[in-house]
Amino acid sequence: MSDAAPAIPLPVPDALSAPYWAALDAGRHTFQRCRVCNNAWLPPRHECPRCLAADWSWEDASGAARLISWVVYHTAFHPAFKARLPYTVAVVELAEGPRLISNIVDAGDPEALVIDQPLRLTIEREGGVAVPRFRPEPA
Amino acid sequence: MSLRAKAVIAGVGHTAFGAHEGRSTVSLNVEAIRSALADANVEKDAVDALFLKYPTSAFEFTYGQKVAEAVGLQPRIGGVWDQAGAANVGAIMFAVMAIEAGQCEIAVVSFADNPKTGSRGAIAKAIGPDEVFGWFGAAAGYAMIARRHMGQWGTTADQLGAVAVNARTNALANPHAQLRKPLTLDEYRQSRPIVSPLRRDDCCLVSDGGAAVVVMSAERAKALNVPAPVPILGFGQGQTSWNVELRPDLTSTMAKRSAQTAFAMAGLQPKDIDVAQFYDCFTIVPIMTLEDYGFCPAGAGGAFVASEGIGPDGKLPLNTSGGLLAESGMPGMQLVIEGVRQMRGTAATQIPRARTCIVSNQGGIMHTHSTLILGERA
Repeated sequence: MSDAAPAIPLPVPDALSAPYWAALDAGRHTFQRCRVCNNAWLPPRHECPRCLAADWSWEDASGAARLISWVVYHTAFHPAFKARLPYTVAVVELAEGPRLISNIVDAGDPEALVIDQPLRLTIEREGGVAVPRFRPEPA
Repeated sequence: MSLRAKAVIAGVGHTAFGAHEGRSTVSLNVEAIRSALADANVEKDAVDALFLKYPTSAFEFTYGQKVAEAVGLQPRIGGVWDQAGAANVGAIMFAVMAIEAGQCEIAVVSFADNPKTGSRGAIAKAIGPDEVFGWFGAAAGYAMIARRHMGQWGTTADQLGAVAVNARTNALANPHAQLRKPLTLDEYRQSRPIVSPLRRDDCCLVSDGGAAVVVMSAERAKALNVPAPVPILGFGQGQTSWNVELRPDLTSTMAKRSAQTAFAMAGLQPKDIDVAQFYDCFTIVPIMTLEDYGFCPAGAGGAFVASEGIGPDGKLPLNTSGGLLAESGMPGMQLVIEGVRQMRGTAATQIPRARTCIVSNQGGIMHTHSTLILGERA
């Protein structure tokens, strides 16, 4: 039996999401914007969920965001996260509108975070893959 | 055309709640159905519709047909209704509408699952494609909503705890309850965090078991001399549908529309409700249900459970059998059954002179919602 910790499950890019992950790898966090109705969204979709048009483009996010909500895991539901307990998962809203699930890092005591506080993007490597995380933005 | 009181729940039945080592979900469904038919005093062969919620822990293709085969029926209409935890009340609604539309006459709605001795994969699985961030487990989804509610409205851990304490206290009198162990608020505060802000005692049980109801028209129940039919006064649904991170508002859901539809059909308002059975997979859910249903203003659900009272003598007696937190973690049918007991006057913790009961079912991470309003036994 191996003592090696199980690996963190990594994103599996497909044709639709590959540009998202490639941009992160190049240091840019992107989202989709509809060319018809200007709606902005994540995660990647083939059609705009507001006007249903399939006419959109990738746009760079500014990196400014706010904290909608967060949780602190004290139990690992996947063995790979056992060594990281306690860790923080959050709902983050980009300044441009799209929301996503991410982690809050460098937060000190995560129980002391507050809803709607400003955050700033930080791109980190997880198993070689660039992922978008956020840290509290000093006021 | 209103369907108010046109249909009844003619019979209810369930297995023991807890561990059923070696029992299949089909077998648990059969036992629950046998028991519900006996309670309704209806012969199996009179049943012409069979609606099921699929077992949460293990989806099976054409599961509704497997259960029909096991009970020796070839229904006119039936199958599996997929709305996660809202599906039991959802299927009861569908049965009533199918009966009224002449598609069937006597429907059985049933659910069974065995996550305690079988697979628990459904409880701990990744929430969507965000595994890399460690986003796993239904508890975390509800914790995300609870945290926003606490930040937005000042809801406290002790108010969540009041929901848990009420469920555990009510379960003490319920001989069917899986967890008959009292809980004090102080013990709740010491309970270990699972996914903060939710603690162990904020989370529902994991249970094997089955539960079923028999639905028919009030007219048919009378003709068949059904012993204790309970009228269905109103029902509704609302499908929030979007994943937690994509909802513009985390602290209110389509439960509001579900209740509005049900209240309008029943010709009732929250003040007319005598007892409530609210889906309580996690303690934040009944608090938000009180708000969305109009029992209190938005944001006041925490104060309601802690101060107005949800015990048997409180302003709105809630989850009188212990709910998912203490009776059985099964997703929702047991709440309907307790509602029927209250309307028959046969509940273990009977609310005196209760003439109306509202039942909520909800599922996913508040993705789905359904509401049922029951009236006094005919």
